[in-house]
Amino acid sequence: MKPRSKLHPYLMVAPTVLVLSVFFVVPLLRSLQLSFSHWDLLTPPEPAGLSNYDRLISSGQLLGVISRTVTFGAIVVVGSTSLGLLLAILLNRQGRIYAFVRGAVFSAYVVSWVAVALLWMWLLDGDAGLVSRGFRAVGLPTTNWLGNPSTALYAIAAVTIWKITGYAMVIYLAGLTAIPPSLYEAAALDGAKRWSLFWHITWPSLKPTTVFVATTGLIMSFQAFDVVRVMTQGGPAQSTTLFVYAIYEEIFQNLRVGRASALIVCFFVLLMGLTALNLRAFRQRTSSAEGTR
Amino acid sequence: MKSSWLSRLAGNSALIAAGTIWLLPYAWMTTTSFKSLDEIVRAPTAPWPEQPNLAAYREVFQSVPVGHYLLNTVIMALLIATLQILLALPAGYALAKLHWRGKGAAMSLVLGCLLIPPQVTFVSVFAMLAPLGLINTMTSLVAPFAVSAFGTFLIRQALIAIPDEIIEAARLDGASELRIIFGILAPLLRPTLVAMFLFSFIFHYSDYFWPLVMTTDDVNRTLPMGIALLREQGTGVRWHIVMAGNVILSAPVLLVFLVAQRHIIRAVARSS
Repeated sequence: MKPRSKLHPYLMVAPTVLVLSVFFVVPLLRSLQLSFSHWDLLTPPEPAGLSNYDRLISSGQLLGVISRTVTFGAIVVVGSTSLGLLLAILLNRQGRIYAFVRGAVFSAYVVSWVAVALLWMWLLDGDAGLVSRGFRAVGLPTTNWLGNPSTALYAIAAVTIWKITGYAMVIYLAGLTAIPPSLYEAAALDGAKRWSLFWHITWPSLKPTTVFVATTGLIMSFQAFDVVRVMTQGGPAQSTTLFVYAIYEEIFQNLRVGRASALIVCFFVLLMGLTALNLRAFRQRTSSAEGTR
Repeated sequence: MKSSWLSRLAGNSALIAAGTIWLLPYAWMTTTSFKSLDEIVRAPTAPWPEQPNLAAYREVFQSVPVGHYLLNTVIMALLIATLQILLALPAGYALAKLHWRGKGAAMSLVLGCLLIPPQVTFVSVFAMLAPLGLINTMTSLVAPFAVSAFGTFLIRQALIAIPDEIIEAARLDGASELRIIFGILAPLLRPTLVAMFLFSFIFHYSDYFWPLVMTTDDVNRTLPMGIALLREQGTGVRWHIVMAGNVILSAPVLLVFLVAQRHIIRAVARSS
């Protein structure tokens, strides 16, 4: 439609363009620029060439952070996606109690990360925690889950799975309702068994959903920060220093803005790669949904 | 399809397992908050407090200005959610309905910003706001989120589905553009706007990352930060106090969720 006055559309988008430029685009470009400098926030920045990147790579810091974040992300994605699918299939029934339990699973996704992290610190307490007591009661070995460098990363991954599985489940439930019942009816007439119904109808129909849930989960776990800040502060022995926490530490504990910015640039490039995957999954999902309609 | 006994068994087991894994932690949190320190040390896993008392809650209110932080948090989240909708409506209208030069560029800006999370911008935003004396202010908490790229995109999509005739008719009746946007189109988008507001409010109410980075004193500190501090202040084994704080922090969100559950779940499923 024609605007009534030539000026109208510009006035309408002005606040949006201004805020997005000032708080998203400019900071991103500024980080790129700062990554080539040394700056402690107090004295003026000094040019540093590629030395920030050089140090990140030669000290092994970048590799360590990436491998920790990828391990964490992989565990979280596999765990939350498979659990989400399982719960969606098993809890996809009529009845109040099913609705209630589905709500309970999803509620963890809504509650503040701080609350979830503190709650699980108590549950995972090496001595008095419910998890440790439960393990001991059935004769399994326990440890100080968050204080042990070989278990801490897995512990915060498990907590993250607990928090986001509800999201995966809800997306899967929506995916399940999009499968036309006629497919099942026809297969049942052919005498197909429940298990083969799953493999030949449910799973292939849900494939685009699975790719979407998995890539979204991967992006979420790459951005994990609260869980680390509250539960472990990156420790013990750096075993839980994930990407965003490493950036935070560089600026607020070491006052190295340049190094933090170089980490941000690497983080952003990684995230772009994941988002490209996610967008592809999203397109496939919408186009296949249109195909079945 | 008729369900066999096997699938009913699987459904029931899933029900019990999921119920235990996702509800037991809340139950333990609540129970712990009503216990005394002595009980926590002696019988931490007892399902019911021997002498239920509110001492832990009193302690939380003494060591953290709960009311002050809660007010900060609610004001911040309300401002953000409201601004996002007020600014996204006209922008979405211009992007969905009007022809003008530069529309493509503006749309690319919105879509591009979808890809930039706050974890990437906070260092530069902090460095930008610090010399302006804006750290520790409500501005530093609200302004960066006054526009939601996702919300703008969502509203633009919803407006595209609305026929042009409605706008043309309103223009013929002499309605101003502002009146068309806020008086005629906004009510038509009600479900989308309600979902967007709820999401935004819950997300920013719970947000820990941004307030942590942007505040260094307690004037504008938010509730999640205050509750996290309970633990950092060296409460040691005094978990009943931390859990009481946790109940205070999560109860409002759980209540909102309980009331608007269907709405929220449907919105999540749709927005994917």
